[in-house]
Amino acid sequence: MTFELSVNGKTHIVDAGAETPLLYVLRDELGLNGPKYGCGLGQCGACTVQMDGKAVYSCLTPLVAVAERKVRTVEGLGGINSMNPLQQAFADEQAAQCGYCISGMIMRAQALLDEIPHPTEAEIRSHMQPNLCRCGTHMRILRAIRRVAALPEGAAA
Amino acid sequence: MNRRRLVSTTVLTALAAGVMALGLTWRPSIAAINPPKASSFPASLVDRGATRAKLGDCAVCHTTAGGRPLAGGRPLATPFGTLFASNITPDADTGIGNWSYDAFRRAMRDGVSRTGSHLYPALPYDHYTHVTESDLRAIYAYLMTRRPVHAPKPDNKLIFPLGFRPLLAGWKLLYLHHGDVPYDKDQSAQYNRGAYLAEGLGHCGSCHTPRNLMGAEVASNAYAGGIAEGWRAPPLNTANPAARKWTAESLYTFLRTGVSPDHSAAGGPMGPVVESLSSVPEEDVRALSVYFAAKMGNVPASKVPDVQVDRRDEAVAAFPDGAKIFAGACAGCHGSGAPMMAQGRPGLGLSTDLTDSKPTSAIQAVLQGIEPPVEGRGPKMPAFAPSLTDEQVAAVLGYARTRYSREPAWSHLERDVRQARKEGGQP
Repeated sequence: MTFELSVNGKTHIVDAGAETPLLYVLRDELGLNGPKYGCGLGQCGACTVQMDGKAVYSCLTPLVAVAERKVRTVEGLGGINSMNPLQQAFADEQAAQCGYCISGMIMRAQALLDEIPHPTEAEIRSHMQPNLCRCGTHMRILRAIRRVAALPEGAAA
Repeated sequence: MNRRRLVSTTVLTALAAGVMALGLTWRPSIAAINPPKASSFPASLVDRGATRAKLGDCAVCHTTAGGRPLAGGRPLATPFGTLFASNITPDADTGIGNWSYDAFRRAMRDGVSRTGSHLYPALPYDHYTHVTESDLRAIYAYLMTRRPVHAPKPDNKLIFPLGFRPLLAGWKLLYLHHGDVPYDKDQSAQYNRGAYLAEGLGHCGSCHTPRNLMGAEVASNAYAGGIAEGWRAPPLNTANPAARKWTAESLYTFLRTGVSPDHSAAGGPMGPVVESLSSVPEEDVRALSVYFAAKMGNVPASKVPDVQVDRRDEAVAAFPDGAKIFAGACAGCHGSGAPMMAQGRPGLGLSTDLTDSKPTSAIQAVLQGIEPPVEGRGPKMPAFAPSLTDEQVAAVLGYARTRYSREPAWSHLERDVRQARKEGGQP
C-alpha cells in the first residue's frame, strides 16, 4: 500500500503494509535514525516521536493510524550545528550517557514545553514518567528540561 | 380567622418545622483533645491498625498524587461536583490530631466530623459503620501515630444546594444502616470473615454496586456492577461476565498480584486496591476470595471451560481497519506467541473488559493504559490516547470484541470513546 506521510515538514510517499510501525518507516525508509527501537512494546519510550504535537510511541503506531497527522522526530528540531534550545540544554547538561533514550526523552519533553512553556517540577516529572533511561541519567535529563522551562516565553520553540 | 392571621400562622408553622428539621440534623461538637503521644498506643495495636487501614484503603483516597501519605487533598469527581479528601494525619490544625477516639468512631460510624458537621458519603461510612469496635480502635491508633502533616483541605466544589451539609442527615436517614454484618450460619467462618471485610472496611460495593440518583448504593441490586472514576466495576454476582468463571483460587491470585492468568489485569481504580491487598495477611485475602466466589455462584474449577474464543476471520471481515491497527499497535503484546503471552499472561479471549455488556473499561484501558498495580511490578499497558483517534480506538475495540468474544457488537462505540476522552481529560 502507498501512504503519504508528513514528517518534519516534508511529504514522503511510502510503500509499506498498513500495519507497519511508524518507527520502521522512519528508520528504514526515511533514514531518520533518531528514534530508536528499544522494546517494541511501548514500555521504554526510546522510539518516542511527535504526532500533531503529542508524544507517541512510534513502535506501536501503525502507518494506517498516522493518516494525515504531522510527524516530528528529533531531526526536525535541529541538527548538530543548529540545535534547538532543548537539544542544546541536553548537550550542556551532558544528559546523555549511552544516549539511546535521549531522542525519545527530547521529543517527549519538547511536547510538554510546546504545550506548557513553563511547567512545574511536578508537571515535568509526571509528563516524563513513561520514558526510561537505563544508564540512570534522569537527574541530568530533568536539569536540561528545567533549563528550558525557565527560559522566557517563546525562546523554547 | 382572618387572612392576615392565617398567613402569619402559616409562616410561623413553616419556621417552626424548619427549626425542628434543622434540630434533628444537628450534632454536637466533641471536645478537642491534645494530640495523644505516639507512645500511648501499644505497638501491636498500631500494627493491627496498619493492616486494617490497608483493608479499608484509607490512603488511596486520602493521599493526593505526589503528596504525603494520608494528608488528603485528592480530588474525587462525582456527579454532584468535586470533593477533596481531608487530611487524616494527626496534625492538630489541619488533620485529626485533636480528635478523640469517640470523635473518630462517630465519623466512621455516623459520618459526622468532630465539630458536628455532616460528612459526605464519599467517606463510605455506609460501610465503615459495620466495622467492629476493636478494628476501629486499631485504625485510630495507627492514624494517630503517623507523622503529622500540615495540609489544609481544598474547598469542595459542589452543585447547589449540596454545599448545605444538614441535607446529608436526610440522606443518612434513608441509606445509612448501622449494625454488624449479619453472620450467615449456613456458611463457613471463612466466608463470614470475607463478608465482614467486604461489607465493612473493604467497601467493595462502593464501586461494584450501582448507585441511585441520590448517589446511594441500590441495596436490592448489590454487586450488580457500577462505575468508578470512569471505569466499570464489573458485577460481582452471578451476572459477572468473565469468559472463564472466577474461583476462590483465581480471585486470590488476582487480588494479591493484580493479574490472574485466567482473566485479566486490574485496571484503573482496582490497581490501588490490589496494591493494598498485596501486603495484608493472606487469610484476609483468602476470606474475601471465598466470599466473592460464592457471590458469583461458586462454579467448580472442573466446570470452568478451557477454550478461548478467537474469531479472527469474522473480526477481520467486520472491522478491516481495526484489524490493521490491532496488528500494528496491539499484537506485539496480545498476539499469540508475543513475549507477553509467553510469560503466561491472559489472552484477550479471557478479558472481562471485552465480554462486558458495556465498553467502558475496554475504552479506558486503551486510552489510559494500565499501570502495574504493585510497586511497579506486573502488567503495564501503554496509553494510546495520544496516538489513536476516537475513530481508530472504536475500530480496534470493535475488532477485538468481535474476535475475542461471542457477544454482540457494542453500539455507539465511537461516541462512547469521544465521551470517555472528554471526561477523562485525555489528549
